[in-house]
Amino acid sequence: MNPFLAQQLQPVDAPGIDWGAILPMVIVFGAACVGVLVEAFVPKHQRWSGQVVLTLGSIAAAGIALGAYVSGRPSHGVLTMAGTLSIDTPALFLWGTLLALSVAAVLMIADRSVEPGGSFVAQAGIAPGTVQDRAQVQSTGMQTEVFPLALFALGGMMAFTAANDLLTMFIALEVLSLPLYLMCGLARRRRLLSQEAAVKYFLLGAFASAFFLYGLAMLYGYAGSVRLADIATASAGTDRSDTLLFAGFGLLMVGLLFKGSVGPFHTWTPDVYQGAPTPVTAFMAACTKVAAFGGILRVLTVAFEATSWEWRGVMWAVAIISMAIGAVLGLTQTDLKRMIAYSSIAHAGFLLIGTMALTDEGLSGTLFYLLAYGFTTLATFGVISLVRDSSGEATHLSAWAGLAKRSPLLAGVFTFLLLALAGIPLTSGFIGKFVVFSAALSDGMAPLVVIALVFSAVAAFFYLRVVVLMYFSEPAPDGPTVSVPGAFTTASIALGVIVTLLLGILPAFALDWAGAGGFALGG
Amino acid sequence: MTPTYYLLLSALLFSIGAVGVLVRRNAIVVFMCIELMLNAVNLSLVTFARINADIDGQVMAFFVMVVAAAEVVVGLAIIMAIFRTRRSASIDDTNLLKY
Repeated sequence: MNPFLAQQLQPVDAPGIDWGAILPMVIVFGAACVGVLVEAFVPKHQRWSGQVVLTLGSIAAAGIALGAYVSGRPSHGVLTMAGTLSIDTPALFLWGTLLALSVAAVLMIADRSVEPGGSFVAQAGIAPGTVQDRAQVQSTGMQTEVFPLALFALGGMMAFTAANDLLTMFIALEVLSLPLYLMCGLARRRRLLSQEAAVKYFLLGAFASAFFLYGLAMLYGYAGSVRLADIATASAGTDRSDTLLFAGFGLLMVGLLFKGSVGPFHTWTPDVYQGAPTPVTAFMAACTKVAAFGGILRVLTVAFEATSWEWRGVMWAVAIISMAIGAVLGLTQTDLKRMIAYSSIAHAGFLLIGTMALTDEGLSGTLFYLLAYGFTTLATFGVISLVRDSSGEATHLSAWAGLAKRSPLLAGVFTFLLLALAGIPLTSGFIGKFVVFSAALSDGMAPLVVIALVFSAVAAFFYLRVVVLMYFSEPAPDGPTVSVPGAFTTASIALGVIVTLLLGILPAFALDWAGAGGFALGG
Repeated sequence: MTPTYYLLLSALLFSIGAVGVLVRRNAIVVFMCIELMLNAVNLSLVTFARINADIDGQVMAFFVMVVAAAEVVVGLAIIMAIFRTRRSASIDDTNLLKY
């Protein structure tokens, strides 16, 4: 009998769904759908306030649901939705991180005090350079679709970090990417750059997800299932074709490393970070990185732990290339947003070292690093959005010369954040690097840790160059002004700075939480 | 007929798509090449479903089609926006962001 027909004759059971466990994700997706309806039915002048309340309210509600679930959760995690989602300790930690980061990012997206009307275009359909375009720059309208798009992206990221099979992971990857492609192209000023960033991000992102998908097909052919645990079982001692396994692994990793802007797959990062509206850059830099590395951690730990000897050499090379590209090319940058983009590539290399460790320390260290790095980079972009001249943000390095004389507070905050990115003690960056490197060291990766320390030192140079420029140069006479931020941007920068400081002084609380348990392995 | 031929055909189509993305200059053609890659994967998925005598691969192909359709919506919107600005869909013209 035809095998397909034989399968259809079996009765179909509806999979059990643990609503309590997935409630935070359901709230975020539900609010995103309601946000689309708000766009359709609420009059234009009320949309901004409606969307801000809805978005922040839903993230807060998701946070409360998450908190209520965490206190009574089963210690080994649960598999739900027929095993496609694994709600375990790392997933819950990353959900908490994503929700907290997105509160700060949404506050920046919603801010209308720094730039009248916010940093998003009033009407995305208006062609740049026309009379209508000059009118929209002066207007106070805003394309409020950004808020539901941000919620969809956030929901996709949450699904991505909890996905327990490759197909769910692929769908979540697209759900998080597609809104981001659109959000990149919605800047109010410098719209050519913004649209160019969107095109580049979209074409390269779709290219990378095709690779991910081909890897998925190879692994399906290898293991007969795309469930991560089944791939692990299949690779633990069978006579199946290793070609399929390693071709699949390589292609899958290309797609994942692209999203994490690692190493040789980073080419989109500087362009997109520079061209996208700064609040969106902040959202991408913080949240996408968290989601991508959450996914990489889960795939490597759950599906490919048994074959780690075969792939570890390649990943060493990728981590070294990533750190080298980030640190060396970061030195040559003259645009601040591009510089932070190269810094994120270097940080991706450091994070990859932690994910390769495949031990409990490696897992908790990487989770902590993601939390720390997310808040620091978010606040960094928040500060960058405040220094402006007549054409918008002044991101060229020369514009920042002597800024400490104009605004000592801003220069002080920015110095603190740059030191955190460089990994100076008393900041979260130092603790993050310390836990990741010590995990790698105890897992026998001493040469890699030495290389990483060298590149940290190289990267510290370009952070300190900005600090020197701000404090020891004379300000240009026609230099930029420092905007006084409204409550929203102030809150989001303050949140980032406080978390960076707290995690630097009292890391034990977050480290304990990050190390509270491993991935749920059951099939 | 042995299913391996379908896998080879799928690999060939995927490679043609990947090379097309790298060498073609029109954003629409680049995008079509990406779609070719996704559909090559679909061929692989259904072939593996046949080899494994398992229905999952066929269902996955439907998921991929839906995702590809969503991607077309977003992608064409972005390409349209930049075409209206520049009157050209060549990706060599979009060179303001570099180094």
